[in-house]
Amino acid sequence: MDERGFLEYVQSGGQVETNDWMPDDYRSKLVKFIEMHGNSELMGVLPEREWILRAPTLQRKLALTAKVQDEVGHAQLIYRVVEDLGKPRSQCLADLISGKAKFHNVFHYPTQTWGDVGVIAWLVDAAAIILQKALLKCSYAPYARIMKKICWEESFHILHGRDVILTLMNGTAEQRELVQEALTRWWGPLMQFHGNPIPREEDPMFIWRIKSQGNEEARQQFLDGYVPQIWELGLTVPDPKLRKRDDGVWEYGEPDWDELRLVVTGHGPKTAERLDLRRRMLEQEAWVRSVVLAEAA
Amino acid sequence: MIFEVFRQEKKGAPFTHAGSVVAPDATFAQAFAHEQYGRRHESVALWVVPRDAVHEVTEFYDELEKTYHRVDGYSLKAKLKEARERAGTASS
Repeated sequence: MDERGFLEYVQSGGQVETNDWMPDDYRSKLVKFIEMHGNSELMGVLPEREWILRAPTLQRKLALTAKVQDEVGHAQLIYRVVEDLGKPRSQCLADLISGKAKFHNVFHYPTQTWGDVGVIAWLVDAAAIILQKALLKCSYAPYARIMKKICWEESFHILHGRDVILTLMNGTAEQRELVQEALTRWWGPLMQFHGNPIPREEDPMFIWRIKSQGNEEARQQFLDGYVPQIWELGLTVPDPKLRKRDDGVWEYGEPDWDELRLVVTGHGPKTAERLDLRRRMLEQEAWVRSVVLAEAA
Repeated sequence: MIFEVFRQEKKGAPFTHAGSVVAPDATFAQAFAHEQYGRRHESVALWVVPRDAVHEVTEFYDELEKTYHRVDGYSLKAKLKEARERAGTASS
């Protein structure tokens, strides 16, 4: 098979296994995309980890711990797929802590209150699951297969987040204010999350059928699914232009693409601090890896 | 070492491939597989197999297009109609 034949194959719904021939460009795009996903799972637990000790009840503490454990587990599954494509996990981690590799914009921001934890678990996870569900149809079959397990676990995370939000909304005026403030803080990053509205025919990740939907399609799906759920709680979305047109398309104020570019290139408010923590943990736990390897030898 | 993991969702169900783990030996591989593919009770049993022990076969030829050993080799509709007409049992 040549590159043209391969392209036709994946575009007509064909799936590729690890040992199949694939063009170099496809392989490198896969590594880049999947590695970024793995990094995001690993970095995504850090904002939530900060709240395990401060969770309001034992039940919330346990649920949050389980969610953190799930996300780290996703990172493990995903890095394993990257390894089979030729890039070792140790290299992925080295590129992550050196700032060379990217991770999702939403994990570069601080969590100021318990309201942020609810908004992250509900809406950030909702935005992420839209991406991940579309990856169930990824042309690279080993990635599509692990996505099944990941989506299954993410659905509990969204319910957990929604439960946190509903509990706060049914609480005191002060608690409702906490949620509104968190939503106001997170709306910008949430609208940037799915990326700029590049036509999908020009998106290399779509051309190779690594992704099965365009950025704007994903954002529309997010708005359509979740804005009504936000509104019905009496919350205000901080975008005066937001409305659903008669033809079903959501209009919204232009997201701040400069902020997105700045944040994902390592200049977010919490980027340096979180990478520093990841770096320290990697050094601090080096002895565990050496003991495990020595034990097995 | 890479180990392939197969999981069984409930008793009596087939084992299906779940993914793989990297581990220095079989004991660690079992522990890692248990964490990654069973910690939420999504499996009732796992097979953890060194990747080298899996022998893949992918070449399947059918040059003669032998349809006589498949269900699509048997189209009975027309023949059944004729037989029913012969027997006088065809519904009108």
